[in-house]
Amino acid sequence: MGQYSQKDAPIFEALERFRKMRVVPFDVPGHKRGRGNPELVRLLGEQCVGLDVNSMKPLDNLCHPVSVIREAEKLAAEAFGAAEAFLMVGGTTSSVQSMVLTVCKRGDKIILPRNVHRSVINALVLCGAKPVYVNPQVNQRLGISLGMETAQVEHAILENPDAVAVLVNNPTYYGICSDLSAIVKLAHSHGMKVLADEAHGTHLYFGENLPVCAMKAGADMAAVSMHKSGGSLTQSSFLLAGPDINAGYARQIINLTQTTSGSYLLLSSLDISRRNLALRGKEEYARVVELAEYARTEINQIGDYYAYSRELINGSSIYDFDVTKLSVNTLDIGLAGIEVYDILRDEYDIQIEFGDFGNILAYISVGDRKQDVERLVSALAEVKRRYKRDKAGLLTQEYIEPIVEVTPQEAFYAEKESVALQDAAGRICSEFVMCYPPGIPIIAPGERITEQIIQYIQYARKKGCSMTGPEDASIERLNVLKGV
Amino acid sequence: MELWFTERHTPNVKFSIRVDRQLYSGHSDFQRIDVFESKEFGRFLTLDGYMMLTEKDEFIYHEMITHVPMAVHPAVEKVLVIGAGDGGVVRELTRYASIKEIDMVEIDPLVVEVCKKYLPQTACRFDDKRLHIYYEDGLRFIRSRENVYDLIIVDSTDPFGPGEGLFTKEFYGNCYKALKEDGIMVNQHESPFYPEDAIACQRAHKRIVESFPISRVYQVHIPTYPSGHWLFGFASKKYHPLHDFDATKWNMLGISTRYYTPRLHGGCFALPAYVEEMLRDVE
Repeated sequence: MGQYSQKDAPIFEALERFRKMRVVPFDVPGHKRGRGNPELVRLLGEQCVGLDVNSMKPLDNLCHPVSVIREAEKLAAEAFGAAEAFLMVGGTTSSVQSMVLTVCKRGDKIILPRNVHRSVINALVLCGAKPVYVNPQVNQRLGISLGMETAQVEHAILENPDAVAVLVNNPTYYGICSDLSAIVKLAHSHGMKVLADEAHGTHLYFGENLPVCAMKAGADMAAVSMHKSGGSLTQSSFLLAGPDINAGYARQIINLTQTTSGSYLLLSSLDISRRNLALRGKEEYARVVELAEYARTEINQIGDYYAYSRELINGSSIYDFDVTKLSVNTLDIGLAGIEVYDILRDEYDIQIEFGDFGNILAYISVGDRKQDVERLVSALAEVKRRYKRDKAGLLTQEYIEPIVEVTPQEAFYAEKESVALQDAAGRICSEFVMCYPPGIPIIAPGERITEQIIQYIQYARKKGCSMTGPEDASIERLNVLKGV
Repeated sequence: MELWFTERHTPNVKFSIRVDRQLYSGHSDFQRIDVFESKEFGRFLTLDGYMMLTEKDEFIYHEMITHVPMAVHPAVEKVLVIGAGDGGVVRELTRYASIKEIDMVEIDPLVVEVCKKYLPQTACRFDDKRLHIYYEDGLRFIRSRENVYDLIIVDSTDPFGPGEGLFTKEFYGNCYKALKEDGIMVNQHESPFYPEDAIACQRAHKRIVESFPISRVYQVHIPTYPSGHWLFGFASKKYHPLHDFDATKWNMLGISTRYYTPRLHGGCFALPAYVEEMLRDVE
């Protein structure tokens, strides 16, 4: 069907046509365009609940798309420079998991940096693949994990020639990129696939003078969080695939876990956002870059804060930097990033993306206004004036090299027992512990617990990080493998 | 023909003025700007459809936001005015010979231009040698100023729109920092009457109380603002608005006014019970 162009939004247009037909619904959803749930209509509006309809012939079916959803997929693939694109409604978590499950089976090895999102390791729990971790380098001054050095990836590939894939964060939450093109070349020459977690990289496909995007670098699959920097609704995402991926198999994998009742609110938001980025993405991201650069300059002028950028680039572990990311180191103020994060919300009504031990990250996107950036910068100036203190006693986020004893799947399903956190050193953990956001595990199933990890968890808890993962929500106890 | 300007004061209350003709309508980068001519109120300025001032009642607002702090602080030399593109506050300030410098920070150059052309009653002292106009965001301007002003007058629009940043804790905190150790900040403080305005008013008061050791509120009657009952905030590092008020000294200046009087100065800080209670709730 060659009649569609990037100016079209086939799902959105089909919904418009469908609305005008005034079809009487004797199908689900049972709220029937909201009539059965007036409170919901008051909350969301008639237009919104009217779009919440079921899969049917005029609107296609997400599990087996043949008409408008298929066309939307093709347009998305074209816009992103991919061979195939899948519309996803289970968050980028579902994109990441489908991508890992497409290339890995039980017992396969996958090479990846340890600062991955939990969804990656969750996928390993599901499929039983074995992680081979590449140490990300750490910037000591900032306390953040960086990218993977190509040489280290090569080392891991040579040591594990049987690995099936390499997974790369492009970029990390903080905006740091590995040399993706070189890693792709290297992996392909050893017959391995390359997967890119682009949860924070939608804009790389449309903006100018930004780090290379995965499809352009030749990666085989990419999980793209359209709802983060792309403007679609929360929980909507794209999974992209290159020419060497069997698309039919990938769809089968997606259908293992994806809902059969894909929400048309999410699908149409993907469709419209893709159209918007294809038509106006370049200008919109130029504005985002300008706003982020402005904020960085102003924040650095306050003094003691360090809003970092491309000056960090070192040719290896920081091969490139995504300038739309506004990451700010707070240690010289004498406050942990998480403390600044809390002060901004509690006292200044400003919600930023996250704070870790030494940094905060403010998410700048197409929806931001200059006047709001002024508020953020001014609030940071005030935080410095009112709170600046000696930085003694502040930890930076050290990279803790994981000791992987068993695969995540084995550990997750093993017989286990609960022990007090302080008594857990030396045992093998069967669950995750992480600060959320950013959702990068401090410890993952199958890894040995050390004193250093326990101290890290205790410090994070003390500083007010919101911690998730373990069965015991208070994180005073951990599940560990029994008898090991 | 009947031509009316209507502003919604709440979803259920409208306020209308019969318009003779429209003198100006335009869009700046920040807002829509309109100037009308009317029989009852003379010319009036609206921003995004909200009443800013009318020729008939602007004296109330401008006298009360200016003379109250000027009669308390013993030696104001350097003043910062934020907003105030209509020129009314500057007009009142220039009546004091003791003032040496006035910095005015207005985000929207078009407002000043339009007022100069259509509202000479307020925009009449923009050529004063002591005045320096900066066209930028007030929040940004104040960020880098420390210990420089005796008085800051915040003549902002409502906290919905370009004026939003001027009702925040970061703004009040930065004002505190920009004031000298005995400085005073006076701000447009919204109305206590209709619920939505009252919430904005309460929030502003809470933010100011958190930033300044002395924070009092005074009231005025402005017929063309929602409910007509309007408040100003008086925040200060050292001087109390009543204990440090010197009526004799102010009278000696010989400034003639139509609304402000030293007797009214004492009275305007006495608030209705419900307003007192509303403010006390956040103190």
